[in-house]
Formats: sequence, C-alpha cells, structure tokens
Amino acid sequence: MDVAKLITLGLITLIAAYAADQGLDVAFRVHGFIVLLVAAGLFLHVLRRMDEPKPAAVLTDYNDGPVRAGVIATAFWGIAGLAVGVLIAFQLAFPALNFDWAQPFGNFGRLRPLHTSAVIFAFGGNALIASSIYIVQRTSRTRLFGGNLVWFVFWGYQLFIVLAATGYLLGATQSKEYAEPEWYVDIWLTLVWVVYLVIFLGTIINRKERHIYVANWFFLAFIVTVAMLHIVNNLSVPVSIWGSKSVQLFSGVQDAMTQWWYGHNAVGFFLTAGFLGMMYYYVPKQANRPVYSYKLSIVHFWALIFLYIWAGPHHLHYTALPDWASTLGMVFSIILWMPSWAGMMNGLMTLNGSWDKIRTDPIIRFLVASLAFYGMSTFEGPMMSIRAVNSLSHYTDWTVGHVHSGALGWNGMIIFAMIYFLTPRLWNRGAMYSTAAMNWHFWLAMIGIVLYAASMWVSGIMEGLMWREVDDQGFLVNSFADTVSAKFPMYVVRGLGGVLYLGGACIMVWNMWKTIRGHAPVTQPVSQMTAPAE
Amino acid sequence: MDEPRIDQLTGRPTMGHEFDGIEELNTPMPRWWLWTFYLTIIWGIGYTIAYPAWPMVSGATAGLLGYSTRGEVIADIADHEASNAALVTELNAADLAAFDPQSDLHRYAVARGASVFRAQCSQCHGSGAAGAVGYPNLLDNDWLWGGTLEEVAYSVRHGIRNETDGDARYSQMPAFGDMLESSEIEALVAFVPTLADADWDSAGAVLYADNCASCHGERGLGDRSMGAPNLADAIWLYGGDSASLTETISNARFGVMPAWGQRLSEEDVRAVSTYVHSLGGGE
Repeated sequence: MDVAKLITLGLITLIAAYAADQGLDVAFRVHGFIVLLVAAGLFLHVLRRMDEPKPAAVLTDYNDGPVRAGVIATAFWGIAGLAVGVLIAFQLAFPALNFDWAQPFGNFGRLRPLHTSAVIFAFGGNALIASSIYIVQRTSRTRLFGGNLVWFVFWGYQLFIVLAATGYLLGATQSKEYAEPEWYVDIWLTLVWVVYLVIFLGTIINRKERHIYVANWFFLAFIVTVAMLHIVNNLSVPVSIWGSKSVQLFSGVQDAMTQWWYGHNAVGFFLTAGFLGMMYYYVPKQANRPVYSYKLSIVHFWALIFLYIWAGPHHLHYTALPDWASTLGMVFSIILWMPSWAGMMNGLMTLNGSWDKIRTDPIIRFLVASLAFYGMSTFEGPMMSIRAVNSLSHYTDWTVGHVHSGALGWNGMIIFAMIYFLTPRLWNRGAMYSTAAMNWHFWLAMIGIVLYAASMWVSGIMEGLMWREVDDQGFLVNSFADTVSAKFPMYVVRGLGGVLYLGGACIMVWNMWKTIRGHAPVTQPVSQMTAPAE
Repeated sequence: MDEPRIDQLTGRPTMGHEFDGIEELNTPMPRWWLWTFYLTIIWGIGYTIAYPAWPMVSGATAGLLGYSTRGEVIADIADHEASNAALVTELNAADLAAFDPQSDLHRYAVARGASVFRAQCSQCHGSGAAGAVGYPNLLDNDWLWGGTLEEVAYSVRHGIRNETDGDARYSQMPAFGDMLESSEIEALVAFVPTLADADWDSAGAVLYADNCASCHGERGLGDRSMGAPNLADAIWLYGGDSASLTETISNARFGVMPAWGQRLSEEDVRAVSTYVHSLGGGE
C-alpha cells in the first residue's frame, strides 16, 4: 500500500517538475511548482513513516478531525474572500486603487473572480463540506465512511482553491463566471468531488437510522448536481497538456446557455440546497424543537430540485437566446417562489415555542436573520426574472445587491451560526468564549448587509432608470459616464458596508481563537455515537 | 423510538423518527402556501400558452399573443421613427451651410445630436465634450480641421486617419527623433511654448523655421488644411509640458477617429455635427 503511494506520488512529482520547468505559460508553471511541492512533501511524509507501526484505527466515535479543520478553513477563507471583496468595492469607487505597481495582478478584473470564488467556493464550500460530514454522521448515527479518504477531500479541496486563486491572479481563466478555473484544475476538482460523493453516500448507506434525515437529502442533491453542472459546463479541449489555455466545446448562445444553466444552479444547488441542508440541522438542534412540517419538507425538496434546474435562462433575457427558452426560464423561476419559501417557513416555524431565544441566544438570532434574508432573496429573485422587471434590473447594481443580500444575509449568517454552533462542540468547550463578541458580530454584520444591499438597490434602480431615460422626442438623456459618476456615493456606502461585515467576521475569528485555545471552560468529550438515543 | 408522540407546545403529532435528537412534526402544509403554489403553476401554464415557450421538433410554440422580444423592440423603434419622420426628411434635405440656428429644425438636430453624442462620442470626447489628453475639446474654438458646420460634418462623416474611409482627413507629422539631435529637440521644446511671444533670434527659432513652420505656420498659428495644430494658443492636445512636447516632437502623434458615416444614419451624422457645432466654438 505504502509502496503504491510512493510510486504514485513520485510520478506526480516528476510530472509536476516537468510542468514547472516546461509549462507554456506562467500560471501553468507556477501550478506545476505548487503541485511539485505538495507531492514531494507527501512523498517524504509517507517515506519517513514506512517502518512505523500503524496505530489501530479508533472506530468507535464520529470522525470529527476533518470537521475541525473545515471550520478553521471556513473562517480563514471567509476573511480572505471578504477582504478582497472590500478591496474591489473600493477599487470601483476609487479606480486609483488599481495601483500601477500591482499590475496586472492587482487589477479589478483579476481580483473580482478571486473574491467570488473565495467567498462561494472556499468560504461557502468549506462550510458545506464540514457541515455535511458533521451532520451526516450524527443523523445517520454512524462513523464517516471511507476512513482517511475524507482528508483527501479536505486537502484536495484546499489545493483546488489555491490553484484556482493563483490561476486568476496569473491570468489563467476560461472566462466563465463562477467557473473560471482552467481545465486541469477542473479535472482535479472533479476527482475530489467524486470521492466526497462516495464518502457521503457510503455513510448514508451505513446509517443506523431507518430513514434518511431531510438535511441529508439536500446535501446529496447538492453534491450530485454540482458534480453534473461542473462537468458539463467545463467541457473543453486543452490547447496543450503543458499549458493552461483550453477551448470550450460549446460556442455562441449554446455556450452562454450552458454557462447560465451552470451559474444559476451554482446558486440553486451550492448556495441554496446545500445551505438548506445546514439549516435543517442547526435550526431544530439549536432551538431544541421538532422540525415544523415533515410533509412540507418532502414537497419543497422535490419541487425545489425539479424547478431550479430550469431557471437559468432568466440570466439571458433580451439576448441572442430564443424567446421560448427565456419564457421557460422566467416561468420556472416564478413557480420556484413557493418551494423556496417553504424552506424559510420550515425553519422559522420550527422556532414555534422558542421565539424568546431570539433575545437570549445569538446563534438563534443569526439563524433567524439568515432565514429572513433567504426569504427576501427568494422573493426578489423570481421578481427579477420577470422579463419586464429584468429589462430594468439587468446589467445594473441591482443584481449585485440581490446576490449580496442572499450571500451576506442567507449564506454568511448561517455560516456564522454554524461556526458558533460547532466550535464549542468540536473542541469540547462549554460555550463560545464571549457572548458579547457574538452580539457585536451580529449587529456589525446586519448593519453591513443593510448598507450594502440598500446602496446597491438605490444605485441599480437609478442606473437602470438613467440608462433608459429619454426626452419627449425619444432621445437619450444620459451618457454611460453620467451613470457611472452618479453611482459614486453609493459605491462608497457599499464599501463601508463591506468593512463592517468584514469587521464582524474578524471579531468572530478572535472569539474562535479564544475558545479553541482554552480560554473557555472545558467539558468532557462525550462519545455521542454510542450514547443511547434519548 | 418509532412511535409518534404528541408535541406538547403545538399539539401536533410527530412523525416518530428521531435523528440526533431532532424530531419532525406531522403538520399539514399551510393552505395559503399550497394554493399560492398551485396558482403560480396555473399562471405558468397560461403564460406559456400566451407567449413563445415550448420547444417542438422544429421551432417552438409561438404563443397566442404573437409576442416576441425582437418584435417589441422593432415596434418601439418604428414608433420613434414615425414620430420623427417629417423632421428627419427635412434635416436630410437641409443645407448645412445655411442652417438657421433659430429654426425648429435646428433645435431638433441639436436634441437628436446630443443623444447620438452621449452614446457614440462621449467615450473619447467626454460626456460634456470637454475632451481629454489626445481627444480634442469640442467646446472651444480651437479647431484642427475647421469649425464650420460643413467642416465638422466632414470630420464626423469620414473620420480622421482611419483606414476604413478613403476620404478620411489625413496628415502625418514626422517623428523628429530620427532627424534631429537631442540637443536640437531640447531647444525646440524650450522654444515652442513661447511662440506667442517668441525670441526669433534664438536657436529654437531657427530650428522651428527649418522643421516646423512648413506645416504649423511661420508664427505657429497652424494649418487647418492639414490638421496642423495652432501652437501659439496655449491649447495642447497631448500636453504642453516639456516631457509631453519631447515625446510629441520625437515620436509624433497619430490620433485616429472612426468614419461615423459608415456607422450612423445620414440624419444622425447631420444631427451630431449640428450639436457639436452648437456647443460654443462653431464658426
């Protein structure tokens, strides 16, 4: 076994060394070098431990090591992604922040995908992976399937993030929004993702409960669909296997439609279905109340996953996309409204009988705020998919405001709740070190979101109205540059909102540090798996 | 635990499952939710019958209303054109050399031209037409190629130094970096900004007379027939500081403007020219 590992790692090291030396572009050579370092390090690690006796695996409890690593990775990438977001927000307000000395790496065009990928895939993705493996073990009452394979998923995913991020800075991109990484990074992610699916499915198959808990339906839908979306949208032919450039298999409007089928379902399955899985565990667990309605969860699960996959064309209204596809995208988006809201209802109504905890429990407050923003975004989304509304909102900051009320509100707030829920449990502390800090975090984040979303709504609607403003003879009133200069104050407010949100997240990291480093009271670890069901 | 129990707080039975302490209530789906969901589905079916929607073997259903996004925009444009048709005909027939600035037609041309300018010209000349480095200010009376309405219209229609229109305005300044010593260029850089009140005995003056005067004129007043800028009016297209002047004299400049006659309708060319002419510097 170890010999096979050594041979594989040795081969990878050699190939990576060749790529680092002979790669056709800078990004490919740097990536070759990164892979070389990782593979050579692992080779030495395996080699040094060849003769050591393998400790017998302890299989009596849940496998929480990767969850601990995942919680820390979530916080780390969260700060990184939010910080880049704040920087690019101010770059839009003050273009001089695209410093001459930082070109081309510090250009808005390269930093923007760095921000989106960091917050969606690194911050959100790590939260999803950590939550899903924590939750699937507990709700299936069994240890995670696949032993140490989960560490391959964890570190493999971090490697994907590093390759994607460095690639953007060095100019390797296939120019597809939220799917910018080039072909070899896509292949690596596919491999990692398939192993993740195997681990998750294996755990469900091994479950000790008769039924599969609703959170796990959502996680499974998320993992399977993201695999499908990722593979189809990234079908491309590399120009050379020693270079990062590739050519897309689809072209023209087919390519655009595939891209937005992917892009919208990255929202639908990554940021919605997966996060609903988190919601279905943390809300009833923290409120200590039964889930409001099992029936509702079944119906909205199937409705949601059936409807979401068709909604993508609403990103391409009034383009080369044929009208029929655009109509269907809009109709499916509007029918999606109620199934989306059912998730919010099932979360909020679960609090029946424990609403008082909003005052006393900051985690509940984060969860309720998250669900409220989920409800707002999933109403706003179908509304913006209506062709007539879209003709005003499309290409404006309204879209940016919509995305961020969902991302900062729904996704961000639930991730913070997750971190505050998991940290004391994973490190056997009674509670987070500081409740006051959690409250500070909550209010900073809330004010940050309000500033962000409100400024972008104002800016977006103003911009849309200015673009279409004509005088009574039918002539255009504003030039494009007029609309850009009119948006300046809103851009500054948006940046300040980002600063507050980032500040709250920094307070959270400090609180985590204090909790994990032992400034909070220690509790005895409980082997939860073997504890009798209550 | 597989037997449903009654939840004390809500009075609802549970499903009898339990996962890590989480139970689920057997609550029926809220009526209003279910009916709103049904309504959106019924509306969706109706909408897809009314509008182009369902893909078939060849093409898609057209919808009962006969709507299409392209049809909508074509109708909008046709409306706009119909409401302006009479004025457009008049504008295209107007003699630009004798355009009465007090006429309704002139006002119409300025309004139309302003809108063309915002969409097509503001990217280089600025939304207020004040120009930028390398892109002439259109508000002043310092014209490179002439400031009458007809001359402005010619510049707009054929453009400047482009390769798409054989009638484009064309001239090219030599790159003196290859012809003069650097000390000579330094002398010119010192002399040129003083042209309005020059010392005609200086070394720069001799160099100017030998190399520059043939295009820019003996006294530096420029020559519109070849687009040679006036150097004595303290207006600098590429900057009047010594670094910019050194660059200009050494490597020359080659500003290009597209031939808008190939991109805009005749009435838009006439309108935007009238607008620019009306901005203050028109001759």
